[in-house]
Amino acid sequence: MTTAPATPKAKPDNDSVFLRRVRPAGWQNPVARDVYDLAVIGAGPAGIAAAESAARLGFTVALIERNIVGGNSLNAGSVPSKALIKTARVYAALHELEAFGAPMPITPPLDFTKAMERKRRVLTRISEHHSVEKLAALGIDVFFGVARFDTADTVLIAGQQLRFNKALVATGARPQPPNFPGLDAIGYRTSATMFEIDDLPKRLAVIGGGPLGCEMAQAFCRLGAQVTIVQNDPKFLPREERDAAEILSRSMARDGVEIRLNTTVVGARAADGVKILETTNDDVTCDIETDEVLLCIGRVPNVEDLGLAVAGIAFDQEHGVKTDDFLRTTNANVYAAGDVCMTLKFTNAAQAGGIMAVRNALCSGQERLSRLTIPWCTYCDPEIGHVGLHVWEARQQSIPIKSFTVMMHDVDRGITDGLTTGFVKIHVAEGTDKILGATIVAPRASELINEMSVIMSAGIGMNDLANIVHTYPAESGAIVLAARAYVRDQAIFGKA
Amino acid sequence: MDQLAALSDDALIARLQRAAFSYLTDYANPDNGLVADTSRKGSPCSIAVVGFALSCYPVAVARGWMTRTEAASRTLKALRFFAQSAQSDAPDATGYKGFYYHFLDMQTGRRVWRCELSLVDTALLIAGMLIAGRYFDGGGEEAEIRTLADALYRRVDWCWAQNGTDAVLQGWKPECGFLHYGWEGYNEAIILYVLGLGSPTFPLTPSGYRRWGLTYQWENLIDTDVLYSGPLFTHLFSHAWIDFRGIRDDFMREKRSDYFENTKGAIAVHREYGERNPHDFRAYSRDFWGVTAGDGPSDQQLRLDGRDLRFFGYMSRGVPYGPDDGTIAPWAMLATLPFDADAALTGTRHLLETYPQVCKADRFSSGFNPTLPLEGEGWLSEGWYGLDQGLLVMMIENYRSGLIWQIFRTSPYVQAGLRRAGFDGGWLQL
Repeated sequence: MTTAPATPKAKPDNDSVFLRRVRPAGWQNPVARDVYDLAVIGAGPAGIAAAESAARLGFTVALIERNIVGGNSLNAGSVPSKALIKTARVYAALHELEAFGAPMPITPPLDFTKAMERKRRVLTRISEHHSVEKLAALGIDVFFGVARFDTADTVLIAGQQLRFNKALVATGARPQPPNFPGLDAIGYRTSATMFEIDDLPKRLAVIGGGPLGCEMAQAFCRLGAQVTIVQNDPKFLPREERDAAEILSRSMARDGVEIRLNTTVVGARAADGVKILETTNDDVTCDIETDEVLLCIGRVPNVEDLGLAVAGIAFDQEHGVKTDDFLRTTNANVYAAGDVCMTLKFTNAAQAGGIMAVRNALCSGQERLSRLTIPWCTYCDPEIGHVGLHVWEARQQSIPIKSFTVMMHDVDRGITDGLTTGFVKIHVAEGTDKILGATIVAPRASELINEMSVIMSAGIGMNDLANIVHTYPAESGAIVLAARAYVRDQAIFGKA
Repeated sequence: MDQLAALSDDALIARLQRAAFSYLTDYANPDNGLVADTSRKGSPCSIAVVGFALSCYPVAVARGWMTRTEAASRTLKALRFFAQSAQSDAPDATGYKGFYYHFLDMQTGRRVWRCELSLVDTALLIAGMLIAGRYFDGGGEEAEIRTLADALYRRVDWCWAQNGTDAVLQGWKPECGFLHYGWEGYNEAIILYVLGLGSPTFPLTPSGYRRWGLTYQWENLIDTDVLYSGPLFTHLFSHAWIDFRGIRDDFMREKRSDYFENTKGAIAVHREYGERNPHDFRAYSRDFWGVTAGDGPSDQQLRLDGRDLRFFGYMSRGVPYGPDDGTIAPWAMLATLPFDADAALTGTRHLLETYPQVCKADRFSSGFNPTLPLEGEGWLSEGWYGLDQGLLVMMIENYRSGLIWQIFRTSPYVQAGLRRAGFDGGWLQL
């Protein structure tokens, strides 16, 4: 939600429809009820999911949004980035035609304006799913304005005091610009503003090699910008396993992204209209000239000006609202969900957290965040998906673990489609057939990892998985092949 | 080359080993014992190559290529050089805290290229010194060898290299301090940890070795159980000195394997990968493999047969996750002799018969890429690299007689280091 994205600039019809859906002009806040079963602060993925869930269960709900409905995911994150990534993928695929027997086309420069227009159409379409109109139709009282707790069970919003039985803080997080000299002077963009540009920058420097940084670096490179990505760590995607991160690094390099790993930006300046980033890599200093800077490092939870302390809600600036495993804050009647409090800062995690918080708050639920199976994905090419434990996490917990790996280029569908990289790894607790986690690197890992999430949530082990019939040929065949490798291994050695 | 192909296995191996060893004398500075990184003009010394050379002198004596006196003399010159060279944080010193810079000037022995103080390369150098200290058991110069080898080992401040943590970092520079890079995943660093743990003066803390093990990945890969590491050399470097047969640390006890058996598994993965040849590189097969660290065609991207192929220069290549640009190290198959002699010899003979240009003057080049179209024969690395030649001498000898393994395991420091790392069983129990 909330403080992050600037209100989109007015553009043709699409945008007027979009704005009508996310923040209707002339919106009149409703008159508050005497008391709400649930007051939700923040209309991002967590807040919307919670509000809709509670309303459908018959509870009275107030949903308060400071800016526009949809949060970062719709306006400055998952949705616009994927729209641009799709355009970039299609454009990049033209270079593969020759390998499949088609003549190499003469590819004209991409029309960035049209790509951005398409992105806006995508946002408009998706904004309809949870529009203010639809939320109101569910019986949710939607308030626009700045919310602030004024007691332990009331919130002030635009001159009204809302009393609640339960509340949910879902105010999200926002980009946190790094603190190096000269940055403000040269100007920069973040995910909150990058998707509003009208012209493709000739040169783009991306600072940060996490998921968003890698996605944007590869996409803008494919769209035609000269991209340099600067990452402080020795590898990209520090949360992912090394092999996956290195495959991605090579993929970006192949696309033409200039890779600067183990490199820190220490300063910035402008000269002759050019932005210059000053970097160090151990003892080597280097300047990077660019036309645009995109910051993809650091996010801070939106905890300011909410009156959290007044309501007895513990928080800190770095980790956000403090919650227990049930997502309950230190105020027993107030819960929190999404980026403002959760470690996994993904849309799906926020939605799941919001719904879980509702069940715990309003339905006497005892659901634990730690029990949720939450897959995630980095949407580069290839995509990198993960669910469950990483190998190192299992080993840190002294769980003997073994990975069954199938390379995508060994899967029949991978061969027919000319895949040369990627893999499916299923991590299994040794001595059992219990699946602890999975990592997938593939063109559509975002889809394949969901199968693993279902399998894990259903408690299906490797023995049963080996017998589940899949379509043939399919990339998901790699999942079955991994399970069959397990069965063979067990038959031969009895030790998997 | 026809002559090589006609030789019996034993004769072929002996000839290739002899030629590989001659690199270590042909490209050495007889005044200070330093050995060049490569045969290319102006190449600096690599301290790791010196470690290999020190380890190979006993082989040369045993094989009659060198007198014991000459071997002792060459060894002593190297040890005296390192004992007397500058140890400080000055940017042109030879070393610091008992460690040494990766590359040194062949004449002066001072740091070149602003290179890093290399922890693992120091470990390989020290391993060679310990071999010398155990092998030369006579009086006179040999006594001095023992004294110097012991002193140089004791001087290494392994604790300092932990930089206040329990992890070992990869290097240090006077200009910026410790490098960011640590050790993640299984690789060639076991010998670094063993020597560090065995130190009677500045020992590493055992927790660092255990913490490193937490990053290991035990995988069923191409139907083979293996502690994964992509580049083939990582399954060979520590093994050139340490006889891993039958000794196990906590990780290998859990997996009911050992690091010797694991290398056999890695070889199987490399061969099967070569046969499957997922990138459709020229020549790859079950008998054309050896993707590892080494020289390459240089960083470039070419469009060949309708696809973009990216090639690399000197870098660490790996299987099956890559990077792989169609370059193999021609020496690598033969270096696996102690683990899978059939695979090593079959592959090496196939290579020599198909691409004889990879072995000039009976020495294997560092890299060969038949996919890159250069003069119809593919790209071939110029000259030779000392690391390749030294490793080959040692691995062939371990296959023929086990000499290096036998010497190294008599070192009480090595035994102590292995035990502190949690190894037991096998020869370590004796």
